[in-house]
Amino acid sequence: MAEREKILEIKNLCMEFPVKRREKLKALNNVTFDIYKGENFGLVGESGCGKTTLGRTIIRLYNPTSGEILFNGRSISGKLNKDTRKYVTDNIAMIFQDPISSLNPRMTIQEIIAEGLSIRGIKNKEEQRRMVVEILDKVGLLPEHAARYPHEFSGGQRQRIGIARALILNPSFIIADEPVSALDVSIQAQVIKLLLEMKKIMGLTILFIAHDLSVVKYFSDRIGVMCKGQLVELGDADEVYKNPLHPYTRALLSAIPEPDPIREKKKKRLYYDPQIHDYSKESPEFVEITPGHFVYGSPSEIEQYRIDLKEGINIFN
Amino acid sequence: MDKMNEPILEVKNLRVSFKTYNGKVQAVRGVDFHLNKGETLAIVGESGSGKSVTTKAILGILSKNAIIEEGEILYQGKDLTKFKEKDFYDIRGKEISLIFQDPLSALNPIMKIGKQITEALILKEKMSKQEAKKRALELMKTVGIPQPEVRFNQYPFQFSGGMRQRIVIAIALASNAKIMICDEPTTALDVTIQAKILDEIKEIKEKNDLSVIFITHDLGVVANMADRICVMYAGKIVEVGTSEEIFYSPAHPYTWALLSSMPDLETKDELFSIPGTPPNMIFPPKGDAFAERNQYALEVDFEQEPPFFKLSDTHYAATWLLHPNAPKVEMPDILKNRIARLRREEAESIG
Repeated sequence: MAEREKILEIKNLCMEFPVKRREKLKALNNVTFDIYKGENFGLVGESGCGKTTLGRTIIRLYNPTSGEILFNGRSISGKLNKDTRKYVTDNIAMIFQDPISSLNPRMTIQEIIAEGLSIRGIKNKEEQRRMVVEILDKVGLLPEHAARYPHEFSGGQRQRIGIARALILNPSFIIADEPVSALDVSIQAQVIKLLLEMKKIMGLTILFIAHDLSVVKYFSDRIGVMCKGQLVELGDADEVYKNPLHPYTRALLSAIPEPDPIREKKKKRLYYDPQIHDYSKESPEFVEITPGHFVYGSPSEIEQYRIDLKEGINIFN
Repeated sequence: MDKMNEPILEVKNLRVSFKTYNGKVQAVRGVDFHLNKGETLAIVGESGSGKSVTTKAILGILSKNAIIEEGEILYQGKDLTKFKEKDFYDIRGKEISLIFQDPLSALNPIMKIGKQITEALILKEKMSKQEAKKRALELMKTVGIPQPEVRFNQYPFQFSGGMRQRIVIAIALASNAKIMICDEPTTALDVTIQAKILDEIKEIKEKNDLSVIFITHDLGVVANMADRICVMYAGKIVEVGTSEEIFYSPAHPYTWALLSSMPDLETKDELFSIPGTPPNMIFPPKGDAFAERNQYALEVDFEQEPPFFKLSDTHYAATWLLHPNAPKVEMPDILKNRIARLRREEAESIG
């Protein structure tokens, strides 16, 4: 396969938050991975594992403690000058989890969606109006919706507004932070379909953050699994689901409830105990175990994973 | 009827409305179901389908603007809809207990965990303080809380989400209720914690011989927990059957839509999305409430409400598609493929 073009490179990214005096919480600990142009990258993990922090650090809502973020080869970590900040906000957009609290209740939909345009110098009201109507049509809303306020919409429609707001500036990279977890199942499918469609039309790359593994699996080409601020496994979606190597990934997969009563009732759940790793003698590394499939572990663990791979893994029985 | 299938709770033609400034919201519009002794009955539906309202009516904790228009809720030969607030004191917690969705708001933030568990024991079981504490520690152990002695004296904020939900379950178990109603008990939790809590509810159910009503919108969770399933839409039950019947031979288009709008780990087909939104229950639609969002809707669906058609002794669905004169339609491809795959896998694992 030809070398794919990287849109985002993250190198040894660390993000610490001060908790108390002299105490720090390591929300991201040496995270390294790339996202290729045009792919859907899924990021999963439990709450508190740092997946949202990672998304927010990429779009520079947080200032990373150390490490490097390259977007299209250009560094967007460290101190941002005006030019680079504009570059970041022009090219990366974010869709938030909660469609209620992420929309200002006192602004009309027109104002919410056009806000980004005004900031970027498109101040002509006629022009703005035309662009808003166009984008509303794209996300499946009607032109007359522009004059209404957020409370007049249902959850799914609000999430569409959030998507319209993110897309109006023609970004090339979207960070979708749990875009469907607050929605009902029937509406979830609508929003997922919309995102996939938009991706096709606009040629987007999407970083999809979620805790629902079946949705992530459906949506993503590649998947990264995060645990306690660290990326513990990374690979093609099918590969990670077929051959989960890290015990945390296995535990996550076995916990997914599936719509199949017979399998569900037979299924044995695996639990992850972080104590099983003994990193006192050997230090763990993020190793490429088969092409494209990375896992975090000490050399002896990696050895074991290789044996597992050879013998075949079946966590469901 | 053999002894296993003895109904412990029966809901008959229940109708509940809410008075609002905009009009009367008809949240529950004639719901019939029964809960057998020792079984887990799941009620599935989107938000606003009336599943929570039904269970609140059972416990008499509907809000003030709610009216029970008609219907009966029979428990031990008594009709709970006729109960006064005082009569419920002997039912709530003692006979029927409830686990709420949000464990944080279900607990009192300024009261120690221990006191919240022992409260019911001291008040209702007339235990002494020491006895109650002993029992509370036992309960905390049952629901899997490490170091119960230490935890007994802590406040809710010192517990994680999963731990809080365990406390809520412990409180629900405190007074040996016979029926446990779980209202989306794991929706706010992570999948791994969810798996643990579900396993625990199942274990406790076996041990204490409970009957469980399990409310959720997550069909995966249902597959794991339920013996029987009721699917609700717009204040009505549209399909009821055993868990195998609902998942392997669903008959109502709404059940099809629900099942095919969620991906599973093997799904490659395009997801099926239900167009539109649930109807406004101030003006519930004439005929089948789902007709407007239903690509299989027949003309009669917009005119007349479908009755229940019998598919087996346990499996009923309210859709005109089952009428002998209805045109034959097939469920969406994604669902057909999945069921075929599941059947194949099952055959392989047996053979």
